[in-house]
Formats: sequence, structure tokens, C-alpha cells
Amino acid sequence: MKLPSLREVGTEARLLLIGIPVFLWTMIPIYHMFLFAISPKEDAFSGKLWPDHPTLHNFEIVFKQQHYFLRDFYIQFWNSTVIAVSVGVLTLFIATSAAFAISRLKVPGGRAVLNLALFTYFIPAAFLAVPMYRTMGNYGLLNNHWSLILAMVTIASPYAIWVLKQASDKLPVELDEAAVMDGATTLQIFRLVYLPLMMPSLVAIGTYAVLLAWNEYLYAFLLLSNDREITLPVALGNFLAADDSPWELLMTTGFIYALPPAAVYYAFRRYMVGGLTAGAVKS
Amino acid sequence: MAITLSGDQALPGPPLSSRLTTAQAWGIVLLAPYLLVFLAFVVYPVCYGLWLARAPENYVALYHDPIFARAAINTLIFLVIGINIKMMIALFLSGFFAMQRTWIKWLSVIFILPWAVPSIPTILSVRFMLNPEWGVINHLIFSFTGDDGPNWLNDPTVALSMAIGVHIWKSLPFWTLILITGRLAISHDLFEAAEVDGASWWQKFRFITWPSMQTLYVTCTLLSMIWTLGDFNSVYLLTGGGPADLTHVLATLGIRYLRLDQLSLAMASIVCAMPFVLPLVYFMMKRLSR
Repeated sequence: MKLPSLREVGTEARLLLIGIPVFLWTMIPIYHMFLFAISPKEDAFSGKLWPDHPTLHNFEIVFKQQHYFLRDFYIQFWNSTVIAVSVGVLTLFIATSAAFAISRLKVPGGRAVLNLALFTYFIPAAFLAVPMYRTMGNYGLLNNHWSLILAMVTIASPYAIWVLKQASDKLPVELDEAAVMDGATTLQIFRLVYLPLMMPSLVAIGTYAVLLAWNEYLYAFLLLSNDREITLPVALGNFLAADDSPWELLMTTGFIYALPPAAVYYAFRRYMVGGLTAGAVKS
Repeated sequence: MAITLSGDQALPGPPLSSRLTTAQAWGIVLLAPYLLVFLAFVVYPVCYGLWLARAPENYVALYHDPIFARAAINTLIFLVIGINIKMMIALFLSGFFAMQRTWIKWLSVIFILPWAVPSIPTILSVRFMLNPEWGVINHLIFSFTGDDGPNWLNDPTVALSMAIGVHIWKSLPFWTLILITGRLAISHDLFEAAEVDGASWWQKFRFITWPSMQTLYVTCTLLSMIWTLGDFNSVYLLTGGGPADLTHVLATLGIRYLRLDQLSLAMASIVCAMPFVLPLVYFMMKRLSR
């Protein structure tokens, strides 16, 4: 075995000097959340870096809903799931049809729609939230899951259309022409030629929309208020309303809530990184 | 062409099929869902909001509200200082993560976590770490120095810096990832040639990396500014706008007015940000739709 030269060791040491702070910076808030989740209340509040008696008791309390704040844990988890999945499905439907129409069918006015979508993409989310809240009230949708679903679809679609349109443009136009020669109708081209080829981008966009909706706090907090209608992040925010919030339970619930997106992200990482970063900034 | 009537069937003008191919007709049908969403949840709310904010009294009221002025300044600090620090770190780290090492690859997989996990539990986790009595940071300060640590979120300047820190924590991975893509697109031959010529790392950065990445970097910075204007979580979940409403940014201020049932003030505060946002948006749209 060849021993590393002094210069190589020096480079490696310098890289570690960057790598270790980066690792700590990234992990400390997440580790702290995990630490609370496995700590009994006394340990959590004593500022220890590892609990004297690590325990899964907090998880038991959450899963058995043994606290006032956790009465509706399962229904809130379910609300989050239903809303995230609906947003994913609806966004995929809307964005794929639009991208197909603009990119493959060259529909008149397609360019204008793309610009409108791009414009929406650039409206800061918190700014749109104010008029959106009032609008949902006018539509009579406040405290109804549809308000959050439709709001998140509105926010997710522009980016989805943008990314899918760019991916569509890369598919060779000869494929469509060949299908037309074989007598395929427009819908058959969409279903049998377009969708299968777009699969990787569709997975990326579907995941993006699901995660966006699952992680959303502001819109959920504005649009839903009834304890049995709210999503998990709103429930977590409500923990803070109490004077003596059960922080160890808050962190445990937060940890459980953060697991699905992390898992989904890692499962689809291959698709997401390429698909999403390509669309964010065309360089 | 004259309108012809045959039986009770009326044909208005030339048949649609002569103006549109079937494919284009399908195209319109397929665009319709997005257009409906756009009309119902972007156009209508925005017009309605502008209508609500139309009265000049709103702007007079904002002008006299010291919280508004403070929020505007905080937003500027967030954008000008926070974003630039974040993007410079991202540019630096993109070089680090572009290195070919197994352990760096693993680190990059972990590094993405803040972006992938939801804001609320992680920001609340930071909030608790900064708690003056029970937070781990002041516990550590006490055990090392024997003194009580500062009350981190009680001083508006410190609290705002912490909110900027949280914002950087959350969004740094995304921008680093994009800048890595930019770096990897640079031809490797250039660096090898520079290596042969004995260029220092700074010279390589100055004459190869930066010129190739400049456009991407500027685009990312501007896009990040637009998105940061919409970042409600970093400030709201960490400080709630406090102490004494001194750490609000425009994103949280609008929501604060909304919660106080002052919808026209909420809209007016957002309208005030438009002269800054619209040029950014215009510029970004020109860039992206080239």
C-alpha cells in the first residue's frame, strides 16, 4: 500500500476543516430535535448532549395520544397525507396537460400561459397568502381541505409546468410524427408516447408537489383552524400556545412529521436533484 | 362567409375545424385546468387585494406605523446582508462538494437534510436551543464560563441575525446544489491547463471558475431574493416578530395585519414592496424565457 504524501495529508486536513463544521452546522438542529424525542423531560431541559436514560416513552405518548395536545394526532397525520397526495395528483394532472399542450401541441397562446405561470412562480408565497386567505373566504372554502389543496396546487403548478415543459422540449418531435403516421389520435400520443417518456420528470414533479404540501405551514395555518381539520405542522404550531408547552412531545411529534419527507427525498433523490435543479435556474 | 342555416342547426361563421387543428383544440382543452386555477387563485385574489388596498388612508396609516418602517428595514437587511452571505457560502461550498472524495459524497447526502425536512420542527428546535433558561447553548456557556449566556431572542438585532441564520440553514443546501451543477459544467481541460501553468487556487477561481459561473450566480442571487421575500417561517417560527414587534419582515407583517383583521393594511404593506419585487420579477422572467 502506498502511503499518502505529506501534501495529500495536508489537503485532506484542510478539507476536514471545512467538512466538520459543515456537518455540525447541518446536523445540530436535527440532532437536537432527535435528542428531545428520546429524552425524559428532566434530561431534555437540563441541556445534556445525550440523555442519562434514553427512552422511547415520548413516542409511546404520541402514538397513544396520551396528551391534551395530541388528541387528534392520527386524524391530523391523515389530513396531512390526504392533502399532500391530492396536491401531488392534481398538480401532476394540471401541469402535465399544460406542458403537453404548450410543448408538443404548440397551442396558440401557449407561450403566454407559460409566462403567466412563470410570473406566479415569482410571487413571494407569503405575499400571495394575504389575498388568497380572503379569496378562500369568499369562495366559502375556509377550514375545508380543498382550500389548502387548491392553494398548494396554485403554488406548485407554475414550477411543475416550467420543468415539464423543458423536459418535453427535449423529446424528439419525430416520435409524435411517427405516431400520427400510424394513425394515433392526440390523446393516444399523450397516453402512449408522451407519458411513458416523461416518467422520470413526472416522478420528480410529483415528489416535489407532495413534499411542498406536506411541509407547508403558512397556508395551512391561515386556511385551516378546526382541530380535526388542521394538518400536523399547524398542530405543532399550536403547541406553542400553551405557557408550559410539552417541548419533548412537540419535538417527538416534529420528528415523526419530518421522517416521511426525508424518506421520500432519499427514495427519489436520483430523480429530484436532476429534475428540480435543472428547472430552477436555466443557465 | 355568410352564416347559413340548415334546418335548426346554426353555424356561426366558418367551422371551427378550419381555424384550429384537432391537436390545437386538444391543446386548449389541456391548458384549461391551469388557466382556471390561475384565474381563480391568482388573478382574482390579486385584483381583489389591490382593490382592498386602494384607499390612500392605508398608506398614510402604514407610514405612521413604526412597525412597518422597522419591518421594511429588516427585510432589506435580510435581502442585502443575509442573501449575500448565504450565496457566498454556497459558492464556496459548491467548490468543496465538487471534490471527488467518498466522504465528501456522503457528507453531501447529509447536507441536503435541512432542505428536505419541514421547517417547523427544525426551526422550533433552534428556538429551544436559544432559550435563555433551558436551552442547550446557554447551558454550555454556563458550564464553560460559569456565566449566564445572553437572552438570545430578546435583543432585536441578535434575534434578527438568528432568523437570518435559520434562513441560511434551511436554504443553503438548495443553492449549493445548483452552484455545484454550474461548477461541474465547466470543462475540466481548463483547470488542467491552468495546473500545468502553475496557477494558484485563487487564480483558478478568479480566471476560470468565476467567469463561467458569474451569470448563474447572479440569477441565483436574484431568485433567492424573490423567494426570501416570501419566507414567513424563518422569522415567524423563531421570534414570532418579537421582541416588541421589532423583528418583523414584510412577509410576517402582512400576516400580522391579517391576524389583526386589518386586511387592507396587510395588502397595502405588500403593495409597498411591489416597486422592489416587480423589477426583480421582470428581470428573472427575461432571463428564464430567453
